[in-house]
Amino acid sequence: MPDLLQLLETLLANPWVILGIKLSVLLILLPATLVVGYVELKVMAHIQHRLGPMYPGGFHGWAQTLADGIKFIQKEDIIPRAADRMVFAAVPFLTMMGAALAFVVIPVGPQWIIEDLEVGIFYALAVSSIGVIGVLMAGWASANKYSLVGALRMAGQLIAYELPLVLAAAAVVMQAGSMSMVDIVESQRPFWLFNWPQGLSFVIFMVAATAEVVRPPFDMPIAEAEIITGAFTEYSGMRFAFGLFAAEYIAFIALSALATTLFLGGYLPPIPALDWEPLRPLWFLLKTSSILFVLMWVRWTYPRLREDQLQRFAWKVLVPLSLANIFFVGALKLTPII
Amino acid sequence: MHQYVFVVIGVLMAIAAVRLVTTKNVVHGALYLLMVLAGAAAIFILLLAEFVGWVQVLLYIGAVVVLLLFGLMLTRAPIGRTALDNQSRALAALVAGAIFAMTSMVLVRAFDGQMIDFSQTLTVRTLGGVLFTKYVLPFEVVSVLLLAALVGAVVLAKRDE
Repeated sequence: MPDLLQLLETLLANPWVILGIKLSVLLILLPATLVVGYVELKVMAHIQHRLGPMYPGGFHGWAQTLADGIKFIQKEDIIPRAADRMVFAAVPFLTMMGAALAFVVIPVGPQWIIEDLEVGIFYALAVSSIGVIGVLMAGWASANKYSLVGALRMAGQLIAYELPLVLAAAAVVMQAGSMSMVDIVESQRPFWLFNWPQGLSFVIFMVAATAEVVRPPFDMPIAEAEIITGAFTEYSGMRFAFGLFAAEYIAFIALSALATTLFLGGYLPPIPALDWEPLRPLWFLLKTSSILFVLMWVRWTYPRLREDQLQRFAWKVLVPLSLANIFFVGALKLTPII
Repeated sequence: MHQYVFVVIGVLMAIAAVRLVTTKNVVHGALYLLMVLAGAAAIFILLLAEFVGWVQVLLYIGAVVVLLLFGLMLTRAPIGRTALDNQSRALAALVAGAIFAMTSMVLVRAFDGQMIDFSQTLTVRTLGGVLFTKYVLPFEVVSVLLLAALVGAVVLAKRDE
């Protein structure tokens, strides 16, 4: 056996092998979207007192989203004649990039992180803002007025809610005194399960995050009944599956993972007694899944906001509240609590 | 290694910059601008100014270009493939040339001959410390300038009502 261990060690010393392992982490994201998508179908069905998918794969329709994916791959690739082909085709790459890049800095455990960047949380928020460009490009390149209206609504919403999102994260950075994700988790050690001095930041962050991933009650930009999924009306087949579906779910998972890291103690266990190194990724996954579940629950509980209500809520309620919260955290910082 | 990456990014940025001024489609122009700004962010990261690079992404790509596209789409960008052109080329060339000359002169006078030490990275802590001690006055002046611009924009927008 020592030979094998030695071989493993030499392999792990090679920077290219490490790079390969790190890149393969991103490949986990696609199956993860299938799982989260399936769970969402089931959760929404049970909330509405239905069964949801029951047949594909046999056991409780577990293969439903997989079958959907295969169906999307087989579909014809349609581009409208008046569309701007280059811009139209570039969109899925941009939306996917904006959604997936944030995973580089998410710590599943203190060592289980692709790269613990010094500017961690700031990087995550910066790359997730790339997706907006994709949406605007999609809406314009489709040469369809409903798409354009959808894209403008979505861009307006993403800009409005980005501000409270960043300000809520800034309050956490103030507490931790660092932007590195691992440092942020470690700074929550005195609080374990819930970082209570950041209670208000948590609420602001969750509301803004729900708006950022355009999920109900903040789904005006894709309102199916009015503007037929907004910017992505003209997208079909693989482009639709990747540019909209997969990217949306990856962004959804990324924001839940970010919220876990910032407010729920990330990979820390709920009570100090359970702090055992190999179990840490499990705590992280449990917390992230709980947030995902609560957001699905919210989706089927509250009706959609109107466009003007949505903008007013962001600029007149959330932004002032998050500024007040920064003062509050600053005052707490003067006390021995944090 | 740094130099090769720099050359690749630089060539891409130059191509995008030329296309930005030659394209007849305003939205394409905005997207080429996006490529140039992304290249600038990449160069900042290459020169170890990681924080500045991501600020470039968050502010210029995530906000400035988005608002530019937003404004274009709300007002004048025709959807689909339509061309627009502007005839005041000489004036534009003059203004662009003047800005180029001025910024190059300022940059050369400020940093001529200085080398970047690649052995030590610039931490956010150092950057913040320097920004709020040594350069606090320019920092505050820029803040006031931005605030004035903001108030001005609100006043201009309100006058129409």
